[in-house]
Amino acid sequence: MDLQIWTWVLVGITFSLYIGIAIWSRAGSTKEFYVAGGGVSPLANGLATAADWMSAASFISMAGIISFNGYDGSVYLMGWTGGYVLLALLLAPYLRKFGKFTVPDFIGDRYYSNVARSVAVFCALIVSFTYVAGQMRGVGLVFSRFLEVNINTGVIIGMVIVLFYAVLGGMKGITYTQVAQYCVLIFAFMVPAIFISIQMTGNPIPQIGFGGQDVNGVYLLDKLDGLHRDLGFAEYTSGSKSKLDVFFITAALMVGTAGLPHVIVRFFTVKKVSDARKSAGWALLFIMILYTTAPAIAVFSRTNMIETVNNKEYKNMPSWFSTWEETGLLSFNDINNDGKIQYLADPSKNELIVDKDIMVLANPEIAGLPNWVIALVAAGGLAAALSTAAGLLLVISASVSHDLIKKMIKPDISEKGELVAARLSAVVAVCVAGYFGINPPDFVAATVALAFGLAAASFFPAIILGIFTKKMNKEGAISGMVVGVLAMLFYMLKFKFNWFGGGTKEDWWLGISPEGFGTVAMIINFIVSIIISKFTPDPPLEVQEIVTNIRIPSGVGEATHS
Amino acid sequence: MNKSDQNKYWKTNLKYVAILLSIWFVVSYGFGIVFVDELNSIRIGGFKLGFWFAQQGSIYVFTILIFVYVRLMNKLDAKYNLES
Repeated sequence: MDLQIWTWVLVGITFSLYIGIAIWSRAGSTKEFYVAGGGVSPLANGLATAADWMSAASFISMAGIISFNGYDGSVYLMGWTGGYVLLALLLAPYLRKFGKFTVPDFIGDRYYSNVARSVAVFCALIVSFTYVAGQMRGVGLVFSRFLEVNINTGVIIGMVIVLFYAVLGGMKGITYTQVAQYCVLIFAFMVPAIFISIQMTGNPIPQIGFGGQDVNGVYLLDKLDGLHRDLGFAEYTSGSKSKLDVFFITAALMVGTAGLPHVIVRFFTVKKVSDARKSAGWALLFIMILYTTAPAIAVFSRTNMIETVNNKEYKNMPSWFSTWEETGLLSFNDINNDGKIQYLADPSKNELIVDKDIMVLANPEIAGLPNWVIALVAAGGLAAALSTAAGLLLVISASVSHDLIKKMIKPDISEKGELVAARLSAVVAVCVAGYFGINPPDFVAATVALAFGLAAASFFPAIILGIFTKKMNKEGAISGMVVGVLAMLFYMLKFKFNWFGGGTKEDWWLGISPEGFGTVAMIINFIVSIIISKFTPDPPLEVQEIVTNIRIPSGVGEATHS
Repeated sequence: MNKSDQNKYWKTNLKYVAILLSIWFVVSYGFGIVFVDELNSIRIGGFKLGFWFAQQGSIYVFTILIFVYVRLMNKLDAKYNLES
């Protein structure tokens, strides 16, 4: 069967599965809509969290980024997994015990203030919208490359599917489709990795294979380091970023991960505190499978690509080369007119430009794997993008219908009215996300770093201080969040968008990149919160009582909105 | 649950968290970033050790840490009769 038919078949089957699950798990109450009824098993929640977390960026882009950056790519591997340790040890159990529906709920109640709640809603909305635009773009990319439909049609098909199960099923529908999506995406990621690992090293386990030897007995990583040296790139296993910056970026990604509302809210769906801890463990285990395979794929595809194209005749390139050229993600310019491809670090001599996003998608073709494996990767990429998009849309709709309407604008809204509002806001959110998918703003890539930086600068300190200190008051928390977010925005706008006089790499404070500045903004938030709280009145006794109470796991109430 | 039990429970919890987070810090920021060059002089098969911690080892340790915490806390909850 040809690739096109295989892709339609696999995408068709997986999409019908998602829709089937959505119909079976419709949400009937706000509690089902926001937290899936609060009775999800730790294992199912772990699977759902893994799918929720692993987006188009993890599935499609990450291995490619590592492939091009070698050791420097480690910031994503450690940053996007290490945050789960913080979640499991410092946040999830206590937020579950607190037992509300959303992150702004916690901030609003713990800091007894609607100002705090509004700041939290604002941050949740920015973070989630930034993120969701990227997912819709991922859906469009996969559709346009593998199904040869227009990229916009692809985005619209994706919107309709997400709309269907997110609006109908709420968190309940999303949870169970995410369980299915995890299975699809991990299978799609692992099958080509295992094939290629056997091909290149004879070892079926990619995690071990990329430390193994090729047919000539040379260690793969040594060979790649050698290739990099010959072509003028930094050595693959050493990298070129400064240590301080690597440190700060890793920390910003870890803390940002632990502060992302769509991840935190997944822990509200389990029955009890011990389940929240356990499901964080399951989630990281399932994430680990993909995250430890990605660096192996990075090495395989990097070596394969360099060996296939470098110093080879352009006219003898395999068919995938021209297919990717048509998408514009791969381009060849014969500078020295010798008819051969020279791939070099020096931009004045380099003749090949490869977009990092094609490494995972093109890898099976480069390795000459069968068509069904290539089609599987397309279905996996869609599963990764859709599952994350759905989780984000739920946060957006809950922020509007629950935090804004129910908690602030119209507290007497009926259960039924709130459910309608939740569904309507989900519809609006899908349309906005689709709009950004079709007309992607130039700043999408830059703003993903902003999303993590903002989460790190706002939520993380406020939640940690709210749990681990009894005396943190609303004045401290609000000023900490506001100053943290403003510092983050300032640095990002200055160095990414050239506002406030702009600046280049040389002007970075202490050499810290905007991606790593989230850590600095977080520290600023902590310091401001603590200082201000020392000079302002203690929180009321009943609030201090809440803190005592969330530290004890027993007597957990069901997640409620009252 | 009385006040002193609550305090003891919370102190033990904080102790566990502090120990586990120190390990978390050492394997990622320590082995994977700060001391990566020193560790890279040690090799295990095709892997330089620092590189391996940054791209593989730290992630395995993270996962184990969470399950260790789950076990420790389940025991602690049982000791103070806090299982719900």
